[in-house]
Amino acid sequence: MTMNWQHKDLCALADHSAQELMTILDTATVFKGVGERNLKKVPALRGKTLVNFFIEPSTRTRISFELAAMRLSADVVNISASASSLEKGETLLDTARNLEALRADLIVIRHKSAGSARFLADRLQASVINAGDGAHEHPTQGLLDAFTIREKLGRIEGVRVAIVGDILFSRVARSNIQLLTKLGARVTLVGPPTLVPAAFSSLGVEIAHSIDEVLEESDVINLLRIQHERQRREYFPGVGEYTARFGLTKKRAALLKGNCLIMHPGPMNRGVEIDSAVADGKGSVILDQVTNGLAVRMAVLYLCSGGVPMDPSATDQ
Amino acid sequence: MNHSLHITGGRVIDPANGIDEIRDIHVRDGIIVKEKSPHAEVIDAAGKVVSPGLIDIHVHFREPGQSHKETIASGARCAAFGGFTTVVCMPNTSPVADSPSTIAWIQERAATACVNVFCTGAITRGLAGEEMSPIGALAQAGVVALTDDGRCIQNHGVMRRAVEYARQFGLPVMDHCQEATLSADGVMNEGEWSTRLGLPGWPALAEDLIVARNILLAEETGHPIHCQHISSARSVRLLREARHRGVPITAEACPHHISLTDERLKTFDTNFKVNPPLRTPADIDAIIEGIADGTITILASDHAPHATYEKEVEFDQAPFGMLGLETELAVFLEILLHQRKALTLPQIITLLTVNPAKLLRLDRGTLSIGAPADITILNPSHSWTYDRNDSPSLSKNTPFHEFALRGRALTTIVGGKVVWDLENGFRN
Repeated sequence: MTMNWQHKDLCALADHSAQELMTILDTATVFKGVGERNLKKVPALRGKTLVNFFIEPSTRTRISFELAAMRLSADVVNISASASSLEKGETLLDTARNLEALRADLIVIRHKSAGSARFLADRLQASVINAGDGAHEHPTQGLLDAFTIREKLGRIEGVRVAIVGDILFSRVARSNIQLLTKLGARVTLVGPPTLVPAAFSSLGVEIAHSIDEVLEESDVINLLRIQHERQRREYFPGVGEYTARFGLTKKRAALLKGNCLIMHPGPMNRGVEIDSAVADGKGSVILDQVTNGLAVRMAVLYLCSGGVPMDPSATDQ
Repeated sequence: MNHSLHITGGRVIDPANGIDEIRDIHVRDGIIVKEKSPHAEVIDAAGKVVSPGLIDIHVHFREPGQSHKETIASGARCAAFGGFTTVVCMPNTSPVADSPSTIAWIQERAATACVNVFCTGAITRGLAGEEMSPIGALAQAGVVALTDDGRCIQNHGVMRRAVEYARQFGLPVMDHCQEATLSADGVMNEGEWSTRLGLPGWPALAEDLIVARNILLAEETGHPIHCQHISSARSVRLLREARHRGVPITAEACPHHISLTDERLKTFDTNFKVNPPLRTPADIDAIIEGIADGTITILASDHAPHATYEKEVEFDQAPFGMLGLETELAVFLEILLHQRKALTLPQIITLLTVNPAKLLRLDRGTLSIGAPADITILNPSHSWTYDRNDSPSLSKNTPFHEFALRGRALTTIVGGKVVWDLENGFRN
């Protein structure tokens, strides 16, 4: 497959072809090699400035982007909602224009509103990378999940992936659906009808309302964090009933294929969507996902800055 | 003042009088007259259509209170530009048009606007859906209908009493149909595209439920209720069934709800954010079918200006609403006449003149001798590309920028005076 990436931004995996997405995964494979070295830094983005613009709280994604940028030798500034002028009533666009006036080259944005990354990308010269926009997409999470599947199983095409949980409000689910269906995986969404409405079937996926239906056939089971604190009370009765129907308990985990991957984008609720021992047990690749996230984000920052795609089979770095 | 017009050689379509033929129209002192006046200004309408001045019963002119978006004067110019000679303003101004003094304030400005501007009054104080506005005083002040447009009265008891009370004044009640617990924080149609985009959905069900409520209330009270900007296929079905039974319920359709679907939101362009939201191709088909079979009897724009800086924000933060008057006639003709061939030109003109006049008891929408000389000369096949920079609006939030359209008003005549024509623009 020819390698190809011609974009300054990464806002949504829905915007890109399978070929472009494979280019990111291949380039990430090369960057993963960099992370395994003693000297973990390359000069690819030396002199560039990256702003981590996180208007919604996040720890792991922000640190992953920060570390990825540092390994590429970029300078990094972190801005959170409370530190920005948004609190003083400045619009998102004005805040971002100010960042650009300070000559930021890359803006990584996390925001509660769907479409906010695209909104900035259309209006700024700087590269805009979406680190999660409302319930829309979380492209680098989708990429790191696919990267992990490919790394562990050797392929994505034909792989059966079950994504379990709060699909309706999940940007992780949407990015996974976009990427995995484009690359030929068979995706089943699992959860109660309120959190997995029928409209999802128009996205080329199957729907199941019981986790027991997918245990034996799945090659990958991706468990999403379940939220119930305030906003989900109308959607299901409680955590106990959720765990009873959709939790990956030890008993259920025993029915999985021997090589089935167990994934979770974090942060986990141990004992709710996933049993604690299962999270730490055989088949769990949850920490590999975190490691791979770094490589994927290096690849995304590098390519969106105009870097030439890299092919792991052609180079020997 | 003695000013006369002689409109010659046009195809006169006057549905109120069952006229569709080539003939001349004479105007003197603002009135349609039978005889040609000496020294009349001649307007050559050969090859063109001469229609009663078009009426739009659903516009937001933002005064008082939000004159950075639109004023009564600028909104009226949008109307004239689009071929509309009469408009009806919604009461969601600041302050809300729920008192005779606010109505008087609006009427004072309306008096100098270039088209006829009528007011509606709020059904409830402050559009809060709780206490009744002084409906009798509003009627006396000259409002032509009652509505809480932009909001929908959620309390069925309040709505029932308001409809019953309005009956003694003969004031129709117009309703924006939206059940708030179902639409919740929705910003676009609930369906495939809200699922793809991760935007909160506003299901058609929220409209259908209130349409059903209004049908039952109209039936119960015997007083007319008008359902504004119908967007959903199931609402059309409910209305059709109710009208067959003779329930005094009417409905209107807007240009965007028959021409644009929710897929347009895939770029998160807030110029396509409107309430009720753009829906699916099946909804469009059903609305057009409803217009064609007489279920929906009125066409209107829901002209809703917003400043660029207000619209240019995150999608879920942006206000609902789009401009409409400038492109309304063209979009209706493009879709209903040219693309779908769902209605004839006289039928479309009926829905833009006689029918809205009848609902609100306006002495307009006809070329009868003795009627006010509100006249629109149009070319139903005129091909043009709309440029939002040509709009007289103070705002730019149109979804139809750079759309190729067929059909356009050429001359707008209000009270016997040409206020706008395509060649020379505004006259004043």
